[in-house]
Amino acid sequence: MTETTERPDPTDTAARAALTTKPVDVRRSTPARSPLQHVRSGWRRLTSMRTALQLLFLLALGAVPGSILPQHGQQDALVTTFINTHWYGPLFDRLSLFDVFAAPWFAAIYLLLFVSLIGCLMPRIRLHFRAMRTPPPAPPRHFAKLPRSTTWQADTTPAATLDIVGKALRRKGWRVLVRDEGLSAERGYLRETGNLIFHISLVLLLAGVAMGGLFGYKGEIIRTPGVGWANLLGQYDEQSTGRAFRQSELAPFSVTFDSFKAVYLPTGEPKTYDAYVTYTTHPGATPQKYDIRENHPLVIGGSWFTGGTKVYLGGHGYAPHLRITDPQGNVVSDDDDVFLPTETTNYLSEGYVKVTNIADKKQWFAIHGVFTPTKAKGVQGQIISGFPAANDPELLVNALSGDPSAPSVYDVPAGMQQLLGADKSTTAGLRVGDSWKLANGYTVTFTGITQFANFQITDDPGKELALVAAILIVVGLILSLRVRRRRFWVRARLQDGGRTVIEAGGLARTDPEQFAEEFAALVERLRPLTGATGPIVEE
Amino acid sequence: MPHPSLAHASDLLFRITLALYAMAMLAYVAELAFARRGLIRSREAVPAAVAVPEERALVGAGAPVGGGPLPPAPVDRSAGPSSSRRLTFGLLAVGLVGAGWLVHAAEVITRGIGVMRVPWGNMYEFSSAICLVVVGAFVVLNVQRRATNLGVFVMVPVVLYLGLAGTVLYARAEPLQPVLNSYWLVIHVAAAIIATGTLMLSGVVSSVHLGRRRYERLVTAGKAPGFSALTRMLPDARTLDRVEYRIIAFGFPIWTFAVIAGAIWAEAAWGHYWQWDPKETWALISWIVYAAYLHARSTPGLRKWAAHISSLAFATMIFNYYVVNLLIVGKHSYAGVKVASALSALH
Ligand code: HEM
Repeated sequence: MTETTERPDPTDTAARAALTTKPVDVRRSTPARSPLQHVRSGWRRLTSMRTALQLLFLLALGAVPGSILPQHGQQDALVTTFINTHWYGPLFDRLSLFDVFAAPWFAAIYLLLFVSLIGCLMPRIRLHFRAMRTPPPAPPRHFAKLPRSTTWQADTTPAATLDIVGKALRRKGWRVLVRDEGLSAERGYLRETGNLIFHISLVLLLAGVAMGGLFGYKGEIIRTPGVGWANLLGQYDEQSTGRAFRQSELAPFSVTFDSFKAVYLPTGEPKTYDAYVTYTTHPGATPQKYDIRENHPLVIGGSWFTGGTKVYLGGHGYAPHLRITDPQGNVVSDDDDVFLPTETTNYLSEGYVKVTNIADKKQWFAIHGVFTPTKAKGVQGQIISGFPAANDPELLVNALSGDPSAPSVYDVPAGMQQLLGADKSTTAGLRVGDSWKLANGYTVTFTGITQFANFQITDDPGKELALVAAILIVVGLILSLRVRRRRFWVRARLQDGGRTVIEAGGLARTDPEQFAEEFAALVERLRPLTGATGPIVEE
Repeated sequence: MPHPSLAHASDLLFRITLALYAMAMLAYVAELAFARRGLIRSREAVPAAVAVPEERALVGAGAPVGGGPLPPAPVDRSAGPSSSRRLTFGLLAVGLVGAGWLVHAAEVITRGIGVMRVPWGNMYEFSSAICLVVVGAFVVLNVQRRATNLGVFVMVPVVLYLGLAGTVLYARAEPLQPVLNSYWLVIHVAAAIIATGTLMLSGVVSSVHLGRRRYERLVTAGKAPGFSALTRMLPDARTLDRVEYRIIAFGFPIWTFAVIAGAIWAEAAWGHYWQWDPKETWALISWIVYAAYLHARSTPGLRKWAAHISSLAFATMIFNYYVVNLLIVGKHSYAGVKVASALSALH
C-alpha cells in the first residue's frame, strides 16, 4: 500500500499520480451551502475510506450478538428460555438480538456498506479505465529524488539507447512510451484491476445470497424405510420458502426410501451412515438407485449454472414397530413409529403412538415409549442407552387416555389420564416380540425396529452465482495484494565528451524493499544492452 | 488400519518438541536479559536504535538498502562478556528452534500416518499444526532477515499454545466422524491452519509493533520507556509495520479461501453454504477486521490505527479459537474436546 505518503512527497506529483484510484480521505467536508452541495458532500463522505472502515467495524460488531445469544431458527427453545429467564430478554427480543442476521438494523449496516462500496467503485472503475489508456507520465525533472535512481555512461547515441531500453522493457512486460526527452515505463495495472474485481465480486456475492433468499426453498422430510414422497410442499414435515418462491418451481421428482445403514466404531462414534433410495427425476422416468450419505447428496436437475435440488441426509433415529389390536383382535395400528432421539450420542429416543381411529372418541388413547437401542442403567437407575446401535434394544411404554391430538405429531397435550395395564402395571419394558395388555382391552405388541431418516431438501438458485463471486474474490484479492504497481524512467542525453549519460529512476507504490531488488536487477540487465562502459556513476 | 505405535511415537515427539521450544524460549529470554543489561550500561546508545536509516537509503541513489535487513540493534562493546553471552544464547535459541521445528514436523507427520488421515481432526491436532506454521513462518522471516530479535515474542505464545494443546485439549488418535470425512475438509482445514498460523505470527508482530512505537515515542520525547523497553532490541516500528503487512498480505487471501472452502464443504455436507454458526460468524468477523486493517493501512489519515486494528483482528482469531470452539455450541464443536454428534438432531 502507499508506503511513501507518510512524509512530504519528494517527487513531482505527476510522477506519482494515478498509481491508485483510491478515494481521498475526507475527514470533514467543507460546510455545504445549497441542498445539492449537502447531498454531494454527504455522498462523498459515504463513499470515503473512513466511512467504509466505520461500516466494516459496525458489521463485525453487529455480528457478535448473533454468535453469542441463541438465535431463532437455530435454537428456538433456547431463545424462549432466554427471554423468559432474563429481565432484559424481551428488550433484546425487540432489538432483534435473537434474529440478528435477519434484523433490520443489521441489514441497514450491510446495505449502507454496499451502497458505499458501489458509490466508491464507480468512479474508481472509470479512473482505472482511463489510467490504462493514459501513457505513463513523463520522467520527473530530478531523478535523484525518486526512491531509486542511478546513472551510467555509454557510447550509444541517446535515441538508440532509449530504443534499446524500450524494447527490452516491453519484452519484459512493461508498458513503455518513448518520448523525446526520455522514456517512461509502467507495469502492475493488474493490481488495481484485481482490487476492482475483488470489490465488484463482493457485490456479486451479495446478489447471489439475495437470490437464494428470494427464490430458494428448503424443507425436511422424515420417512421410514419402504415409504417415499413426491416433491410437493404438502409432503414436507417442515419447510421454509423464499419471498419470491413459487410452487411451480419445485422439481417434479419422487423418492422411495429403501433402507438405512449405520456403522459405528467400537467406541460408539459413528463411522458411516447410508440411506439407500430409489428415485425418478420426473413422473414416468426410469427409477434409479442412489446412496445418500454424508457429503454425498442426491442431486436432481440443475444445469451448468444452476445446482438443482439437493436431497441430504440430515439425521436419523429409531422407529420401533408397534402393533396395537383392539379387544376383538382387530389391528388398529401397525406401523414403524418415528421416535425422536433425545440425545444423538447413543440415541435414547422417545415417541408417541396415537390411537384415534376408533369411532368412540372417549376411547382414544396414546402409547408413550422410551426406546433404548442398547439398554443400560444411568447413575440414578434410570434407563439410558449405552451404545448407538440396536445391540440390546428395549422399549419402555406407558399409556395415556384422552384426545391425543396435538399440534405436533411428536407430542401429546397435557391433561391426558394415565391408562394402566390389565395387570394394573403403570409401565412395561418390552423386548422385540413382547406384548402389553392394557386395562381398556387393547394390546400393544413390539414387533420390530427400523431406522428412519430425516431428509433435507434444498434448492438455492443463488448458490452458483455466490460461488463464482467467491472465486473471483480470491483471484482479485491475490492480484491486488501480490501485484505491485511501479514506474520506471530513463533519460539519455549527450555529454560534452560525446558520450551518453543515462539516468534511470523508479518508484513503486508498495514494497520498496522488493522494488529495490527489482530495480537493481533491471539496471544490471539494461546496462550492458546500452553498451555501458565503466562503473555506475553515483550521484 | 491405523498404527497405534506411530501415534504413540507422535505423542513422544510432541513432548520433545515442546521441550525444545521451551528451551529455545528460555535462551531467547536469556538473550534479552543480557541485552537489557547492556542497555542499562549504555543509555546513550538508545537513540541510535530509533533513528530511521531508511530515509537516507531512499533518497541516496542506488543505495543497497531500502529498509531491508536493519543494522542490528546497537551492541555496547563495553558490555564485553554480556554481549558475547548474548550472542551465544541467540545462536543457541536459533538452533533449538530449528531442531524443535524438525521434530515438530515429524510429530505432525507421524500423527497423520498413525491415524491414517490428515493430522488435523481435533483441536489438539489443529493447535499442533498451527504452531508448526507459526514457527515455520518465523524461521522463514529469520532466513529472509526481514525481522530480527522477535524470538521471545514468538516462542512464549507458541509454548503456551502448545502446552495448552498437550494438556487441556489433548485427544487420543482416532478416525474422523463421517461428516468430517471429505476432501473439502482437508482443503478447508489446511487453509485455515496455514492462515491462522501466519495471522497469529502477524498478531505477535503487530503487538510488538505497538510496543515498539510507544518505546520510540517515549525515547524520542526523552521519557523513560518503561515496559516498552522490552522492544528495544527490535527493528524500528516502520520495519515492523512492513513485516506485519507482508504477513497479513500473505495470510489474508488464504484465510479468505479457507472461509470459502468451508462454505463449499458446508454446502456439500448440510446443503447450506452459510448458516451463521458461531464459528462461521467469528471467521467472518476476523475477516472483516482484517479487511478494515488493509483499508486503514492504505489510507494516510487512518494508517496510525492499522496496528491497533490488526491486533484486534488477532484477538478475534484467538477468541474464535478458544472461546467459540470450547464454550459456544455450534456445528463446529466437533473439535474433539466436545464430541457432539455431527449429524444435527432433528429439532
Ligand atoms: C464490503 C465491504 C468491503 C470489504 C470487505 C473490503 C475489503 C477490502 C480488502 C480486503 C482490501 C485489501 C485488498 C486489496 O488491496 O484489494 C481492500 C482494499 C481497498 N478497498 Fe475495500 N472493502 C470493502 C468496501 C470498500 C469501500 C466501501 C471502499 C471505498 C471507500 C473500498 C475501497 C478500497 C480501496 C481503495 C482499496 C485499495 C487500497 C489500496 O490502495 O491498496 N472498499 N478492500
